[in-house]
Order: sequence, then C-alpha cells, then structure tokens
Amino acid sequence: MSYINTHVRWERMTLFGILFLAVMIPLILPIGWRTDVSPHVQMVYDLVDKTPPGSAILISFDYEPSTMPELKPMAMSLVDHAWQKGHKVIAVALWPMGVQMANDVFSELTASPSEISSDEIPDVQTTDVKEKDESDEMMTPAVSANSIRRYSSKRYGIDYVNLGFKSGAMVTIKAMGRNIRETFPTDTFGTPIDSLPIMDNIVHLRDLAYIISLSAGDPGLKQWIMVAHDNFKVKVSGGTTAVSAPGFLPYINNRNQLRGLMGGLKGAAEYEKLMGTFGPASIKMDSQSIAHVIILVFIAIGNVRSFRRRRKQRQARDKE
Amino acid sequence: MAEIMTTIGVWIGVFLTFSIFSFLYRDNPFYRFAEQVFVGLSAAYGFIYIIYNVLIPNLFTPVLSDMSQNWLLIIPGILGILMLVRIYPPAEWISRYPLAVVIGTSAGISLMFYLKSDFMNQIAATMINPFAIPSASAISGSFLIILGTICGVYFFYFSKKQEGLFAIPSKIGIWFLMISFGASFGYTVMARISLLIGRIEFLLRDWLHIIK
Repeated sequence: MSYINTHVRWERMTLFGILFLAVMIPLILPIGWRTDVSPHVQMVYDLVDKTPPGSAILISFDYEPSTMPELKPMAMSLVDHAWQKGHKVIAVALWPMGVQMANDVFSELTASPSEISSDEIPDVQTTDVKEKDESDEMMTPAVSANSIRRYSSKRYGIDYVNLGFKSGAMVTIKAMGRNIRETFPTDTFGTPIDSLPIMDNIVHLRDLAYIISLSAGDPGLKQWIMVAHDNFKVKVSGGTTAVSAPGFLPYINNRNQLRGLMGGLKGAAEYEKLMGTFGPASIKMDSQSIAHVIILVFIAIGNVRSFRRRRKQRQARDKE
Repeated sequence: MAEIMTTIGVWIGVFLTFSIFSFLYRDNPFYRFAEQVFVGLSAAYGFIYIIYNVLIPNLFTPVLSDMSQNWLLIIPGILGILMLVRIYPPAEWISRYPLAVVIGTSAGISLMFYLKSDFMNQIAATMINPFAIPSASAISGSFLIILGTICGVYFFYFSKKQEGLFAIPSKIGIWFLMISFGASFGYTVMARISLLIGRIEFLLRDWLHIIK
C-alpha cells in the first residue's frame, strides 16, 4: 500500500514538474503563437472604438491582486484604448483593493518614458503594432519600443479620476444611477468632486457613454448588468476571470444586457491583438496554450490507463 | 532605502510563493504559515480600509461635524455596533436584530433586480425569431439556443416520471448541461494556469531577472 502511495505521489510530482516547465519555458523563450479574436471580445472593442471622443466612461475595478494576472492586462488595454479614442475615464471600485488596482494602471500608463526602468520593458516583437496617426491629437501617446503606450500628458481630474471604493454593491450602483455626485462626494484622495473638471456635467449613470466592469467575482459585473443596464439602460460590458466567464455568456443576448465579454487571459490577449499591441497577456498566451495541450495529453493518458485497468479487472472477474 | 525595501519585499514574496507551492508535495508548516499570513493580512487590510474609507467619511465625520443634519446615520451606526455584540455570548441574541435588517434589506433589494435581470430578461432573450439573421450559422445557433433552453429546463421538471417519449428532451437537456459543464471546466483550468503563469512570471522577472 505504501508503495502505491509513494508511486502515486511521485507521479503527481512529475506531472506538476512537467506543468511547471511547460509554463516557464515559453516565458523565457516565447514562441509567438497567434490568437484568434472571438466575437464577444470584438463587441467590447467596438463599443469602445465607436464611442465619440470626449465621452465620459466608467471602468469599475472589481478585483484584487490575486486575479491581477488575468484582469490587469485587460485594464491596461481598455484604458489605453479609451484614451486613444479621447474618452474621459472615471474609475470606481466595488472591491476595497480595486482602488489600488486602478491607481496602478493609471500610474503605469501615465508614467513618462524617463520614469520607466529598462526592466519594465519586455523584449517582445513589435511588428504587429498598428500605425498610429500622429496628427490626431487624441492619439499622441508616447509609443515605446515595447508597444506599451505612455500617456504622460494625461492629467488627473481632467482626463481621468479615481472615485474610490464604496461598499454596498447593488445599492451603491442604484445610488449612482440617481446621483453619482452624492454617492461619491469626493474622489479616493479626498478631493471634492465639484473641483474635478472631468466630473462637470456628470450627475447620473446615464451621463456615461458606457460602463466596463473588470470583475473577479461578486460584487462585480453581474451587479452592473442588473442595475446599470437593466434599470438605467446604460451600456455595460466587461472582463472577468476565466472561471466566471461562462456564467456571463447568457447575458450577451438580443436584450443587449451585456455588450461583449473578455474572459480570462485569452480575452485580454484577444483585446491586445485588436489594439495591435503585443502586451502582457499576449506574452503569456504561449505558456497558456502549451499548458492546455499538456493537460489534454494527461487527461488522455489517464483515461487510457483507466480503461485498461477496468478491462483487466473485468477479465480477472471473468476468469473467476 | 527604497531599493532595499523592494528587495526584501521580493524575497518575502518568493518565500511565500514557494511555501504555498510546497503543498503540492504534502501539507507542511511552511504552507500553513503562508496560508495564515495571507488570511490575516487580508482581514487586517480590509478592516483598516473599511475604517478609513467607509466608517470615517460616511459615519464619523458627518455625524461629528453636523449632528443635526446627519442624525439618521446614528441608526446604522448603532446597528453596526449591535452586530459586534456576538463576541459576548450572553448578549449574542441582540446581534440577530441588525442581522435581520441586513438580510431583509438585501433580500428585498436583490429580489426585484434578480427577477428582472435573471428571469424576465433571460426569458425574453430566448424568445427570438430564429430567421431574423439570414445566415445558416445564425439560424442554427438560434435553434440551438431554443432547443437547449427548453430541454435544459425540462431536465429539472420532476412532477412527472421521465420515461419513454418524456425522457427524450431530458436526455437532450443532459447533453447541453454536460457541454456547458465542460466549457466551465475548461475555463476554470485556464484561470488556474493563468494564476500559475503570474507566479512564475514573478519568480523569473522580479526575483531571478531572467525575463524582462
């Protein structure tokens, strides 16, 4: 019995080891496999892309550090895209640590090139980067060699704001539907909302062109759909962790409850592809793909072994 | 100084990462230590954050600065304090009153939203004209939605024994459910691998500086 236990333990350790290497090696030696764009991610992209410049939009940072690998690349791409299109980005959080997540994204995207250490610049291919129209005032970010755009000219309170965290989930969203200014009288740093130019003419949720929730669970995207869309008829889209993505697919329907969805790292990589960048999600997709192939092989091997064992047991019973 | 603190932070992160990974071999003190540090830090962070970002701006400051205008806030404040009475067993029953208010309010608010979003709108979204978009894939997709919804719901109809002809839609429903479970499992695997990638990226970039 102990031999079997030891054998099973070493088998498991071997599988973990192989999986570890399968994830690690493509990070060191990227392959550059392509990612196809799904219709749901295209819907999110179109929503942002077709919204007129100058529109105020809201991004809800409903996640914490444990889900950063999946949701932060989405946040970076979305804010990048929104700023490219000249949107004013208002950030809120239904999770306490979402405030810091929003600050991280803003500070990374607004860092001037001199503030970026060489360690931050990944060595990635840049051939896919779309040609940007330099004459367009809305699209004048500093494009660094790694294709991560920097918007050092974007100013807090004018181009973006972080209103911070508010507990209450659905109640908070409903209160925002009635009056955002009363729900968030100050931003996360204590600045009165009336002194922030970005908030001029923003009173209700309906004053926003669209809402995107980056959601790691509850409260999150579901509450935004239920209240912001179904009650206040504001366009809602989102990105979620891969675990919760299937649960949101029924909301993409002819009622337009949800206008597109980015599911997990793959969704983030698809958005990066639409943006013409090779960002943090795209870099990790090689590891993701290889790990999936290996897991499929393991499942196949496990099933074959199981069938063989059962056949042997049946033959042994027949002999008796 | 900042660099030293960053280095110490990275090494603590590496230690905790390997401590958590060590559970793959077997349960051990390193894993339990890392787990308890995580739980403790999360609770402490949440506690302090709520004091400074919820209680102080929404309760203490308004009440202390203008009591006459904000006296209503004292009621939720008292209910909140009553919730803490649970830690004193003889008076534990008092905490049921604020709990009842919370549950009643949440249920009342959620009921209407869920009814509209998850019931009415979802049913309405299934009532589609399958031929609205004249393409073979769209039409077949619409029929699959209709078939899958009806058969999936029928699977949970228990008022009549599902045998003979009545068992056919139920069996079709099982297939749809199994496919959706498979999709959910696939997404779950993807999520877990993403987290593993995040940790390995941290080890390779921030600790070993192998990747940039």
